[in-house]
Amino acid sequence: MVGLMGFAALLATLPLIFVLIHLIRQGASSIDLAFFTRMPRPVGEAGGGMANAITGTLILVSIAASIGLPVGIGAGLYLAEQRGARLATTVRFLSDVLNGMPSIVMGIFAWHFLVRPVGHFSALAGGVALGAMMIPLVTRATEEMVRTVPTALREAALALGYPRWRTSVAIVLRTALPGIVTAALVAVARIAGETAPLLFTAFGNQFWSVSLSQPIASLPHTIYTYAKSPYDDWHRLAWAGALVLIALVLVISILARFVTRSRHGGVGD
Amino acid sequence: MTDLLTVQPPPSIQRSTRQAPPDERPRIAVRKLDALFGTVRAVRDVNIDFPDGQVTAIIGPSGCGKSTLLRCLNRMHETIPLARVNGEVLLDGKDLYARGVNPIEVRRHIGMVFQRPTPFPTMSIRDNVAAGLRASSRGRPSRREEDAIVEESLRTAGLWDEVRDRLKDSATALSGGQQQRLCIARAMATRPSVILLDEPTASLDPLSTQKVEELVHTLRGTVTVIIVTHNMQQAARVSDRTAFMLLGELVETGPTSEVFTTPHDSRTEDYITGRFG
Repeated sequence: MVGLMGFAALLATLPLIFVLIHLIRQGASSIDLAFFTRMPRPVGEAGGGMANAITGTLILVSIAASIGLPVGIGAGLYLAEQRGARLATTVRFLSDVLNGMPSIVMGIFAWHFLVRPVGHFSALAGGVALGAMMIPLVTRATEEMVRTVPTALREAALALGYPRWRTSVAIVLRTALPGIVTAALVAVARIAGETAPLLFTAFGNQFWSVSLSQPIASLPHTIYTYAKSPYDDWHRLAWAGALVLIALVLVISILARFVTRSRHGGVGD
Repeated sequence: MTDLLTVQPPPSIQRSTRQAPPDERPRIAVRKLDALFGTVRAVRDVNIDFPDGQVTAIIGPSGCGKSTLLRCLNRMHETIPLARVNGEVLLDGKDLYARGVNPIEVRRHIGMVFQRPTPFPTMSIRDNVAAGLRASSRGRPSRREEDAIVEESLRTAGLWDEVRDRLKDSATALSGGQQQRLCIARAMATRPSVILLDEPTASLDPLSTQKVEELVHTLRGTVTVIIVTHNMQQAARVSDRTAFMLLGELVETGPTSEVFTTPHDSRTEDYITGRFG
């Protein structure tokens, strides 16, 4: 039985290993400095890079994080501190529903409210769609982390004459912070690779653009466009883009692990 | 807000060793106190005086309401959902449960230490001691004043020599006994007139327990100490007065020597001689 479960555990990591090996074989050769600094070339011309898509992804993720993190952390803190309140129970349930919502639906929602009224696609709409996806992830993770802070610490702060809100922020949130940062990084990694919400919000862009009100390129979307094209050059670039995207997610995940082990580390030591 | 609770303690670093005033007005007087959890009365109709500058021990078997009574004295009881208090707790004659009294102000003037050490894990040793001084944004001491208070509090707790070279280290690096004395230093830093100890040695080894007990001895006269303990020997060692509680009621209270040698109530005698509990 143990052997069977061990085999299952190995199988669980198999996709990652296959994906990594394949990506490195197909994409590594196309990755050079130009890939990060140059714009895409027209079909038929060799070289070129994905500078616009990489920058675009960074911009989209920044917009998403500036919405998803404050709202998610605030909501998570509320859920953990007001455990039994009716509002908390409702929000927790809705947050789980939101978490399970298909990302394409989030894209339609952003399109309806931020693209249609304006009349054109924009980076802002894409960032908002990703941010909305981030909120439930960060909310639930923050709640879990805040709940691990012992009640005794909360009581100690109250007994010192800390008002409730100050106890929540200066003691409870501060103690749970390493865990919350980890969760936030994982959420960022998760949305960095989302494609569906961007299809009709950020839309994609062949050209260099950092304007929030214009369509913007992103790694996942560029990979999608290139991969379904009939050109071998573009296929190679798509593999390279996928490798960069995976590497980005991996780096963020490793960073997340590192943060948890920081000095003065909060919970549990 | 009552006068006493709004007046800040004098800024001088030296603490005068006050003696109980001759008229013997108690520092804290509890009148007809009921503490409830929902509909359960955990403390029933308790009347008791805690004399100034003395150590009073509250003893009794598990679940007798001694910790709950203690938590009523600094309005911590009501922080638990559905918990309520009826009756009066008079600090220097002023009812802490009167209308308009802010529980946060009350807690700043009555220190509390819990069963398990509760240093704030994200703070250094120094910041832990200073934590109470930073509880409000008003009237925060300067960095230098804070340094002086931190040193004085750590000296009071007998911890200064052990930690003076690593004040910036995390408080979680200390041993359990040191952490508990750090918590006492933290509670003393705001110069409370009363300090409540809720089984402060329950999680400590004998040597650390002894140090905490010695500390309680040195606090006598400076502050009014109320200590809850399930350990009768400890009560006999550290306290001037002892109160015995059973099933939420205060059975007997008096000078420790009297309660332990010639108790008036047969239930006290049964408990002290080990017939139950």
